[in-house]
Amino acid sequence: MIEILQYGFMVNALAAALLAAVACGIIGVYVVVKRIVFIGGGIAHASFGGIGLGYLIGIEPVLCAIPFSIASALAIGEVSRRVKIAEDTAIGIIWAMGMALGIMFISLAPGYAPDLFSYLFGNILTVPRSDLSVMLLLDVIIIVVVCLLYKEFLAITFDEEFATVIGVPAHKLYLVLLCLIALTVVLLIRVVGVILVIALLTIPAAVSRRFTNDLKKMMLLSIFFAASFAITGLYLSYIFDLPSGSTIVLVSGIVFLISSLRSSGHSFKY
Amino acid sequence: MDINNEIIGLRNVWVCCGGVPVLEDVSLSVHQHDFLGIIGPNGGGKTTLLKVVLGLVKPDRGEVVVLGGEPVEQRKRIGYVPQHSLFDPDFPISVMDVVLTGRSGKSVFGRYTSHDRELAQGALAMVEMLPFKDRQIGRLSGGERQRVFIARALAAEPEVLLLDEPAAGVDMHIQTEFYELLERLKKEMAIVMISHDITAVSIYVDKIACLNRRLFYHNSKELTSWDIEATYQCPVELIAHGIPHRVLREH
Ligand SMILES: Nc1ncnc2c1ncn2[C@@H]1O[C@H](COP(=O)(O)OP(=O)(O)OP(=O)(O)O)[C@@H](O)[C@H]1O
Ligand SMILES: [Mg+2]
Repeated sequence: MIEILQYGFMVNALAAALLAAVACGIIGVYVVVKRIVFIGGGIAHASFGGIGLGYLIGIEPVLCAIPFSIASALAIGEVSRRVKIAEDTAIGIIWAMGMALGIMFISLAPGYAPDLFSYLFGNILTVPRSDLSVMLLLDVIIIVVVCLLYKEFLAITFDEEFATVIGVPAHKLYLVLLCLIALTVVLLIRVVGVILVIALLTIPAAVSRRFTNDLKKMMLLSIFFAASFAITGLYLSYIFDLPSGSTIVLVSGIVFLISSLRSSGHSFKY
Repeated sequence: MDINNEIIGLRNVWVCCGGVPVLEDVSLSVHQHDFLGIIGPNGGGKTTLLKVVLGLVKPDRGEVVVLGGEPVEQRKRIGYVPQHSLFDPDFPISVMDVVLTGRSGKSVFGRYTSHDRELAQGALAMVEMLPFKDRQIGRLSGGERQRVFIARALAAEPEVLLLDEPAAGVDMHIQTEFYELLERLKKEMAIVMISHDITAVSIYVDKIACLNRRLFYHNSKELTSWDIEATYQCPVELIAHGIPHRVLREH
């Protein structure tokens, strides 16, 4: 595997895989334990609107996706509180609206979008250096916020009503958590694309849940799993000339399957 | 009654759920060292009443004062044991960490202090759950979970305790211990407890109220048979003054 690293793009890809693993390892745990996988999917797909807008106005699409995914995260968090509709209905609407907007923007943009596919399904091999620094910055933001608000996040994800009563600003912190999910989604777009983001948000956390009952350990383990899946997928996609995003997702899925078969006799329920 | 040491004050509170009144013109005053028991039939509005005090349900009409202020601002000083805690039994959290969430509103940013941990341990010891402190919450029995949630409320060092059927599912031994604990606690705080266990209520509490949309309450432990009949809408056998009141269906 060492000789692969003589290619600059491979080094970048490896770095991107590790940076993405940190974010999805930490935030994926919240997504899984709070059972808001569908919200993660909604934010991911809605962020495609930002990518389309980036194409249209000539800004780096991934950067343009940041405000877009944060806006859709806040919309999902607020809409069901303000308007009388069910949360999953709101998510479904925002999910599809974001995708539709993205395609609309791209069709309005002059010329044709050559790497559109890589935003939908990811292409870790084409990650430019500039994206790596954005990813690093997003990782730092996520780590700092989670360290500062760890006990509050634990309280609101475990029992939101009680946390509210005890004086934790539960709804505001929930919105902060949704914003962190939005940032994680942006980080993962390069690696697996908007459509497959949900796999890296859930599978590493779900696998690590089988090994521990402790949230912190679960985060560390799921960073490890996410990194292993990404690197293994990357390697296999290089060897067999397969699309990197889907190889990473399939590797994760297979490991999940094996881990759930293996411990099905155990007392763990995930 | 002295208005100054009023802990909870409700004046002419109305709550409607989709046009149907759940609480009708409820007025209530709870003072320091009060131990108030609330009884009433299912759907009588007992849980709703506590949620009004906690600011989780906004009354359509009427005034609510908690510890001299708005419920939303003062509720962090209340210890709350909900009837049903909406939590996921698979959640990766230990008993100790659940009890520590009772301290999570005390400071923003940063970790629990050693003082927080001592209080959480003390609260777990009070409900005899200390040996289970590292257990995952879902691997406890229903009554053990309820004891953990009581500990969580106590860990917050509350000035008032609102207990929504706290003893439901808790075994006799722990129930007795728990009621005795409440008797000690009421020296430092006010307690409001909802219960269907009228015998226990009449032994331990100082004042009883009946709630069935309307609140029947005379600021004492005495209830007239008319009160209970109006509340439960069925014939009632009532033995007053210190001897357990009993509610019997007669058909
Ligand atoms: N979220 C809600 N939406 C609509 N109606 C509600 C809601 N919560 C409670 N109600 C109604 O309000 C009434 C009072 O409910 P509440 O939960 O306060 O009763 P309770 O006295 O606590 O009953 P129980 O003894 O069963 O706990 C019930 O008739 C119920 O139908
Ligand atoms: Mg109730």
